[in-house]
Amino acid sequence: MLVQIPKGVMKTAAKKESFNYRLWRYNGAPGELIPLLQSAQEHFGYIPRRAITYISGVTGIPESDIYGVITFYSQFRLQPMGKFVVRACAGTACHVSGAKSIIDTIEDELGVEVGDTTEDGLFTLLTVACIGCCSLAPVVMVNSETHGRLTPASLRKILKEYRRKGADGVNTAAGAS
Amino acid sequence: MKKIVVGMGTCGLSAGALPVYEKLKALAEANPEACEIDITGCIGMCFREPLVEISDEHGRTIYGDVSEESAVEIFTRHVLNSQSIDDDKLIYGITPEGATFGSEAAFLDLQERIVLRNCGLINPESIDDYEKIGGYQGLKKALTAMSSQEIIQTMKDSGLRGRGGAGFPTGLKWSFAAANAGAKKYVVCNADEGDPGAFMDRSVLEGDPHAVLEGMIICGKAIGAGFGYIYCRAEYPLAIQRLEKAIADSREKGYLGRDILGSGFDFDLKIKQGAGAFVCGEETALFASIEGERGMPRIRPPFPAEKGLWQKPTNNNNVETFANVPWIISNGAAAYRSTGTEKSPGTKVFALAGKVAKGGLAEVPMGTTIEQLVFNIGGGIKKGRQFKAVQMGGPSGGCIPSHLKNTPVDFESIPATGAIMGSGGMVVMDEGTCMVEIARFFLNFTQSESCGKCTFCRIGTLRMLEILQRITRGEGVSEDIQKLEKLSVQIKDASLCGLGQTAPNPVQTTIRYYLDEYMEHIDHKKCPAGECEALVDFIIIPEKCVGCTLCARNCPVKAITGKVKAVHEIDQQKCVKCGKCITSCNFGAVVKQ
Repeated sequence: MLVQIPKGVMKTAAKKESFNYRLWRYNGAPGELIPLLQSAQEHFGYIPRRAITYISGVTGIPESDIYGVITFYSQFRLQPMGKFVVRACAGTACHVSGAKSIIDTIEDELGVEVGDTTEDGLFTLLTVACIGCCSLAPVVMVNSETHGRLTPASLRKILKEYRRKGADGVNTAAGAS
Repeated sequence: MKKIVVGMGTCGLSAGALPVYEKLKALAEANPEACEIDITGCIGMCFREPLVEISDEHGRTIYGDVSEESAVEIFTRHVLNSQSIDDDKLIYGITPEGATFGSEAAFLDLQERIVLRNCGLINPESIDDYEKIGGYQGLKKALTAMSSQEIIQTMKDSGLRGRGGAGFPTGLKWSFAAANAGAKKYVVCNADEGDPGAFMDRSVLEGDPHAVLEGMIICGKAIGAGFGYIYCRAEYPLAIQRLEKAIADSREKGYLGRDILGSGFDFDLKIKQGAGAFVCGEETALFASIEGERGMPRIRPPFPAEKGLWQKPTNNNNVETFANVPWIISNGAAAYRSTGTEKSPGTKVFALAGKVAKGGLAEVPMGTTIEQLVFNIGGGIKKGRQFKAVQMGGPSGGCIPSHLKNTPVDFESIPATGAIMGSGGMVVMDEGTCMVEIARFFLNFTQSESCGKCTFCRIGTLRMLEILQRITRGEGVSEDIQKLEKLSVQIKDASLCGLGQTAPNPVQTTIRYYLDEYMEHIDHKKCPAGECEALVDFIIIPEKCVGCTLCARNCPVKAITGKVKAVHEIDQQKCVKCGKCITSCNFGAVVKQ
């Protein structure tokens, strides 16, 4: 059924497309699986089992195929992520500028290994191939904030600042991307 | 009336441009009669971010390393009292007559900007700015005064070659897609800049998104496509945000949608966010990803021009290629040919990073030598160390050693060295970079990014990686080099897509130019560059150690001894080379040697 939406309204509606709205709007157009998964991850912070079931039910794509797509792309997570997602850049420029000691420092400061989340649910540590801030190497991205020209000492300071923010309950867009 | 512009690309923002902008904005709003304030994309001088530019009747002046405090000083002295601050912070200036000055003038003086023509000059979020500077004029010309054939002919005449790395002639590619009849065709822009060490496309998308859109619409007209996709990495949130704004604005102005500029031509486009897979930079894998599947490459032929996205004729170009198109259409093929070399006309944007003193974006005519890029523009090597090599083309490319620094960058000379042009990442290395370790690093990357379709790529790269890991741990044997060479050839021959066909390049070029370094690891168990941890000693520099005891407390095997406020020492017999002391030291006193 076609519903006429006035032009101005359409725009705001398109901006606030929630996971539910996207599922409801799905009209069988091909190529929608990855955007659906991205919006599920934006909504839940990760892709829970039940989201896979929903998507499969609506699109008719077998759950196993959806699982295959999820595991292929490094963006998708099947486990909940911490409030702060720390993405340490492991690109070439960062690598030659000492990314290893940066990653070691984060592992040491947070007490987790790459891919894991801290017990208090505050931090998830991931590596990323390149953030594209190569001239500021080594670089770490925390949620959507980028920190460059890091040394182990300045990094510890930054992480402590986030830990303090997390303890204060400052709201952030965790796991939004 | 003065205009203040703050560079707000990702690099500017991460260096702290936002508080500077907010400070200046508050000041500008308090003095509305004196100045106005705006933002811009990447100016290219990433090494001095955050950058603030002030333009007035005396020209443009750019200040670098601006903090909140120095922003206030710049505002009071330069904006309110019209006195430029003549110290090291004044990095670049240009008078209305075109004379340049400033401490970093050489960085921009040696460049020639076609792709980055608007980056750093306009507000990327304003379509009016883009139009004022001549934007969408190429589109107007293409839609109203040129036939599809004429557009393709102009592109062929310009000699533009694909900037994604392969260097396929763009005009020829377009003619293939145009020749295939079909009601539905697609234009795809590959913005999945996956090569670690490359950030040109990000800067173009963040600094001048309309140029890319304009190029895509012109391409749509040329090949007869009505719809386009921009496949952009999810790691570039700012680029996506600015593209979304640009698309909405140009739709509103009638550059996208039905009957564009009254020409009867319809075109629209959509952004598809990548989901983090390097292989999706390969065009057939990219199509699979847009279609919602695992991004695995498909067998060619049929080529995309015949059966691409959704099995329809498709033309896929890189961001930088599209950004060149409006300029070529506006200024003509001959003007484009006047820069660059005979076989590689035009310019190329390079992302200078690594151990180079002045990292950033540099657009130079094709045929410029590596030496000019690294030394004249990039200012040589950080801390005055020795230049060892440049790595071009990311994980698919290779290392070019310092003795070949006179190699001109173009599509003929670079492949002759064993490296590839690639998308333009240029990572500079000094004597502290171990070439075996770099080869291991790239192999590790391609190995984990291999989609697994072809056996040789999936398993062959793993075997190569294991050998390299062995060598860097000091467990290499003399047959390893032969094995690596043999596997390289087999993987190249038996892989379907560019990822596998180029994955051995970093290993092959490092063996070719740095065999002695490999042999040093294998025969003498030594890492000459001092990077492979298993083969070096960790030591404490007495002059830097303040005796804080932090390293000793962090050492898991109690190998560090020393009293409070006295220089500490590492017992090499006990040391397990875990690196905890390096990461815990706040004074940079622990080093590998």
